[in-house]
Amino acid sequence: MLDRREFVRELLVDRNDLVVVSGLGSPTYDVAACGDHPLNFYLWGAMGGAAMIGLGLALAQPARRVLVLTGDGEALMGLGSIATIGVKRPGNLVIVVLDNQHYGETGMQPSHTRAGIDLVAVARACRFSDALYVSEIGAVGRVRDLVHNGRGPILVQARISNKPAPRVLPIRDGHAIKLRFMEALSANLA
Amino acid sequence: MSNRTKPALQWPDAIYTQFRRVGIRQVGYVPDAGHSRLIELCVKDPNIHDVVLTTEEEGVALAAGAVLGGHRAALLIQSSGVGNCINMFSLLKNCGFPCLVLVTMRGEFVEFNPWQVAMGSITEASLKLCGFLTYRVEAPDDVDEIVGGGCDMAFNGDLLVAILLSQRLIGRKIWNK
Repeated sequence: MLDRREFVRELLVDRNDLVVVSGLGSPTYDVAACGDHPLNFYLWGAMGGAAMIGLGLALAQPARRVLVLTGDGEALMGLGSIATIGVKRPGNLVIVVLDNQHYGETGMQPSHTRAGIDLVAVARACRFSDALYVSEIGAVGRVRDLVHNGRGPILVQARISNKPAPRVLPIRDGHAIKLRFMEALSANLA
Repeated sequence: MSNRTKPALQWPDAIYTQFRRVGIRQVGYVPDAGHSRLIELCVKDPNIHDVVLTTEEEGVALAAGAVLGGHRAALLIQSSGVGNCINMFSLLKNCGFPCLVLVTMRGEFVEFNPWQVAMGSITEASLKLCGFLTYRVEAPDDVDEIVGGGCDMAFNGDLLVAILLSQRLIGRKIWNK
């Protein structure tokens, strides 16, 4: 099983102008733990919405790579959005689900993936170009390559351990996160 | 539209013209008889990404992502779908995203299905509680002005605007066809 911090840190190495949307709770802390970045759109709520925010961004910015990094509970709450993304099939969108099979923020209750609900199979059934399961750190290079170069939509289910990680809290003001992100995006385009 | 007594041909075109004027680039929708003509127009437009949703709250998150990426977005939903969106609307409010929602009303004038009334009767109040400005349209001749004004309020002011297209405007649903 993967250590979530190590995996996310390795995944975001040399990210350049990669856009990252992080799902509420631990994925947001994991992304923040790699160092703050204006092209991070940290979610502190809106559970179930991360993948669709990614779709809106991917459609608006077809020349840019968009990574949605979220948890199993967040992905499950927006399961229908996997079907919606499968209709549009944006080539620049990658979803990485950090799957610890539990709801970590609320007391470690088991999630649907614990019972064997298979997000990779869901993504394949929903016409994703690629979907894979990873559980060893040796696979992170391949996932990073898919994030930057793979033909989307791609879903990666990354099996992480339950080892607790220290909370690293990024900025929380939604207006500030948005304005900073949009400013960085337009500066980057110019 | 075949199941409506008033096959409204003019007002959806007026909404589409306003979409073109303000440069709407993404339209999220849940299929709906009242919106069918407008959906058709958006699907045919190569400048608009039409996104068919499994549930309305997906469209709220889509609109947020669109704005982050520099696109203007609109949502076409039915009054019952407003209830599905309530927590996701917090994303718009927390970040100050503009949003334009066109809501076809059910559960009001000449509603056949009483199950539509529970949500239809609280749709406008729910939207207001979520921070939306709401404007109702009752007559086809008012669509252009109200939708145009709503577009400007939303996108010039980063505001949440819902246009409620009344059941009187849309027409009576016929069940025996």
